[in-house]
Formats: sequence, C-alpha cells, structure tokens
Amino acid sequence: MKKYTDQGKKDTRSGFGAGMTELGRTNPKVVSLCADLVGSLKLDEFIEENPDRFFQVGIAEANMMGIAAGLTIGGYIPFTGTFANFSTGRVYDQIRQSIAYSGKNVKICASHAGLTLGEDGATHQILEDIGLMKMLPGMTVINTCDFNQTKAATLAIAEHEGPVYLRFGRPKVPNFTDPQQDFHIGKAVMLNEGKDVTIIATGHLVWEALQAAEALEQEGISAEVINIHTIKPLDEEAILASVRKTGCVVTCEEHNFLGGLGESVARTLTLHHPAPQEFVATRDTFGESGTSDQLMEKYGLDNKAIKEAVLQVLKRKA
Amino acid sequence: MASQQDLAKIATQVRRDIVRMVHKVNSGHPGGSLGCTEFFVALYFEIMKLHDRFTMDGIGEDIFILSNGHISPVYYSVLARKGYFPLEELNTFRMLDSRLQGHPTTHEGLPGVRISSGSLGQGMSVAIGTALAKKLNKDKHIVYSLHGDGELQEGQNWEAIMFAGSKKVDNLIATIDRNSQQIDGNTEDVMALGDVGEKFRVFGWDVLELKEGNDIEAIIDTLKEAKKRSGKGKPVCVIMHTVMGNGVDYMMHTHAWHGKAPNDEQLERALEQNEETLGDY
Repeated sequence: MKKYTDQGKKDTRSGFGAGMTELGRTNPKVVSLCADLVGSLKLDEFIEENPDRFFQVGIAEANMMGIAAGLTIGGYIPFTGTFANFSTGRVYDQIRQSIAYSGKNVKICASHAGLTLGEDGATHQILEDIGLMKMLPGMTVINTCDFNQTKAATLAIAEHEGPVYLRFGRPKVPNFTDPQQDFHIGKAVMLNEGKDVTIIATGHLVWEALQAAEALEQEGISAEVINIHTIKPLDEEAILASVRKTGCVVTCEEHNFLGGLGESVARTLTLHHPAPQEFVATRDTFGESGTSDQLMEKYGLDNKAIKEAVLQVLKRKA
Repeated sequence: MASQQDLAKIATQVRRDIVRMVHKVNSGHPGGSLGCTEFFVALYFEIMKLHDRFTMDGIGEDIFILSNGHISPVYYSVLARKGYFPLEELNTFRMLDSRLQGHPTTHEGLPGVRISSGSLGQGMSVAIGTALAKKLNKDKHIVYSLHGDGELQEGQNWEAIMFAGSKKVDNLIATIDRNSQQIDGNTEDVMALGDVGEKFRVFGWDVLELKEGNDIEAIIDTLKEAKKRSGKGKPVCVIMHTVMGNGVDYMMHTHAWHGKAPNDEQLERALEQNEETLGDY
C-alpha cells in the first residue's frame, strides 16, 4: 500500500492561519472577521500585516455574519472566523437569509469542529454542522484533513465565487499531504487503490483511515482509501467508480451519522449503485469532556473502529 | 431636483401601486408600506446619489439596505418608478416565477435589491458591512438603511448598534420606522421599546428625531441634516415617527393592516383617496 509520512504534527487551524497570511499578501479583496477568537483561529499574522482588512466584531456572531454579507456588496471576500458551533448552529438563519439565499461570497471558516475540541465538552463540540451547512442551497462544504490541505483549501476558496463552509479543528494531527498540493473543490483525492473495500474519509479521520488500511493489509484485505474533502458538491463519480470495483464502503467522519458525509454517500449509492455501507461517525449523541484521543476512542472514531467497520461490511458483501 | 409637488405626486401614485399590488394577490403588507411611502420617495427621488445603471457593488453611489423586508410593496413600487425594472412587472408581485417575491431577494436578480430580507433584525449588520466596504474602497457615498421599530426586539440589532457606535461607522444613516405598531399590537404593549433614540445615543450614535415622518419636506430636511452629521465619528440614526397605513383612512392608526389585503370595495375606497397621478402600472 502507498506509504504516507507524517511530516510532523500540526493543527489544521494553523493551516487556515497560514492560508490567511498568504491571502493577505496576495489578494487585496480578502478581508477577515473574527468574534473574539483571534488566537484560536491563528489570525495574528494576517491582522498584523493587514490591520485595515480585519474586523474584530466581539462576541457577536450573528452580527459578524451580517457584516460579512454586507462587505461582499462592496466587492470584498470576507472570511469569518470562530468555532464551528458558533459558525453554524448559533447563526443559522443569518447564514440562510443574508448569505446563502442572498448568494453572497462569504467564506465561513470554522475551527474546533467535532469531538477533538476536547475538554470544553459538548457545549462546544458540534457534530451537526456538516448537516446544517450542506442542506443550504448553493453552500459548498469542505472538511480538511491536515495542515497542508487546510492551507491549500483556504487559498482555493478565495478563488471560488459563492458561499463556502470550511471546517477544521483544534488538535495537532499528522501532516501528511503534499505541501504543494493543488486543491480542487469538489474533487475526491485517491490516497490508496485497493479492491476489497472502499474507505471514504473526511477531516481528522483520513489519517485514521490510512492507519486502518495498513492494518487490514496485514490481514490480506486490500482497502481503497479516498479522501473526500468536499462534502458538497460531492464527487459522486469517484465514489461510484470505487464502489463498483470494491462492492462495499465504509464512511468515516467526526460528525453525527445523521446528516453527514455518510448520508451523502448513501444517497449516491442508493440512486446509482446500492451497496453495503458502514458508518464510522457519532450515533446521534452529544459529546463530552476528555482528551481528543480519549474521545475519538470512546465514540468509535479511531483507526480501530474503522478496521472493525471494514470487517463488518465485508461480511455483508454478497 | 424634484419639486415638492412632483414628489407628492409620486407618493400618491406609489400608494395606489401598493394597495393594487396587495389587493391583486390578496396578500402582502400594506400598513408599513404606506407608512414609509414618503420616506422611500424622498430617499430615492431626492436624497440618494444614484447611478443610472444598477450594479451589485454600488461603488461610487449611495446604497440603501431594507431590513424590514415585509414592506416590499413600497420598495418595489419605488424601484420600478425610479426605473430599475419595468413598471408592468409590479403585476407579478408575489406570483409564481416572479422576481418580486413576497420578501425582497437577490435570488431572482431583481435590479435595485442587494440583500434578501424578511427574517427580521439582520439588515443593520448588512448595512454596516456595506458601509465598511465603502470605507475600504475610499468611496465617500452613504449607506442608508430602514428598520421597523418592532424589529428592534431582535437581539442581533443590538450587536450591530454596539458595533457601529464602537467602531465609528460614520457613513451609515439608519432610519427607524417608529410607527409603534407590530403584529400583536402596540409595541409598548407587546415588548416596550421605550425611548429608542436614547438607546441609540448611549450606544454611541448621533440621533435625530423626525416627528413628521409622513411629511416629505420634513423627511428631506432631516435626511439632509443626517448627511451633514455623517463622517464625524458617529453613525447617524433617524427616529422617524410615522402613521402606519398613512394615506388610506381606514388603515391608519391600527396594526390591523400589517399583513392584510383590502377587498374589492376597500380597494376602491383606497384608490378614491389617492387619485392617479403618474399613470397606473
């Protein structure tokens, strides 16, 4: 199987910050807004270099979304920054009316998504945001897997016309994708070709999927691993081509199994090529306090859980 | 520069448009629309500096943001009378496949509209963002906005009002339609707003009271004064006292016509009180 090397653990939010720094230098239309979480979103460098293009809105996320919508009217490309919970559920109607329905070119950038936020607990660990955002007509939904991919995605969404939800996280995780990668919105990334099962993963679970595939290889199981960074629009062609070959699929995400990547994949398969599927995702539950690793283990989101799910889906494969 | 008489004629015709549009589809919001007719006419035909052609970015011209989107009839009528889209299109208000949706939207590409509104309390933030973009663009034009008074019960407004005062968004002139009515009754009974001007003042705004909010001359004077006060470190707020349903006697001084259409007979009475001046659409 194809080997991936961790270039050194880094947080995906720092990838966002690095992307913003670069955009600050290269695209004068990019502006950034933050709701009292500059340090968490790694925006310090952007702000230092572009003080006029940064807007501190205080702890007022609804206002931030509306101001972002207004900034587009003058031709700017606003990037909003706060935690995923406060980027979505808290401000759903502001996004719906002032951004999505209004067709505004706002980039909603959300850190601390999912369980890996850790000790702060369920109040801050949103596991419903992908569902909320993908249901909005015209919204692009992206969940990146490591530092390099997050930086590349941050640069790519500035070039894309239309509202985008970019989801990333808090913990330091393996950084294994190409630092020079081109990021193509809506395009799946084939990480490893295999023939027995398709593993489709997004966000922090992509590295875990690769670990699971390695372990499965030891047992003589050939797993195809696909990174879906763009949940909407979904690369249905890549998914169908793979599942037509392998005959079964495991979807992996740090999100509720209701409304997430898994459901989008299931819908695609139901319409075009029904096949057994297992979901590595949270099961309609809130999170809780704990370390990132503890939580991913307890809620069944690590490489062991992915391996189990593969063994399960293989049993169901005719 | 239109004469007072010309502006009065436009206002009368706009009132006819409003009641005819709402009557045709037996739905829509005539009360607040009629109450703000003089404001819209003054703003679009006298106050704002506008390009002939509509562009979304509005660079080099004044911009208007409507927050209380349910008064779409007056907005659509004035936009059409100003030439943003054909007058005949007013015939399609609230109908299937129309660009004139129940509440204003950019989704159908209607010229003149820059943001969707209807879910209340969001327009102040949008107007602030638009004003900030003007500053970044070094564009000296003004952003005007209109908000219902009942709408101020939405908390997002106070986030926005705090922001504009704190960050000195002084190229924004926000007008509050203080008709003291909302769907469930008088604002002071439903959720007392009290002294709205004072609330803005303590949030760092320069506030003007406009007692005669249905008098075109008074509106023009106040908006000109507001413009004079812009650019001095404070956002400007105009508390505009209006009579809901103004110009149609049975719709005045009541919240009953907030979201209700007149029947055939009532339409006739309304039209009798507002004779055709510029030609019906």
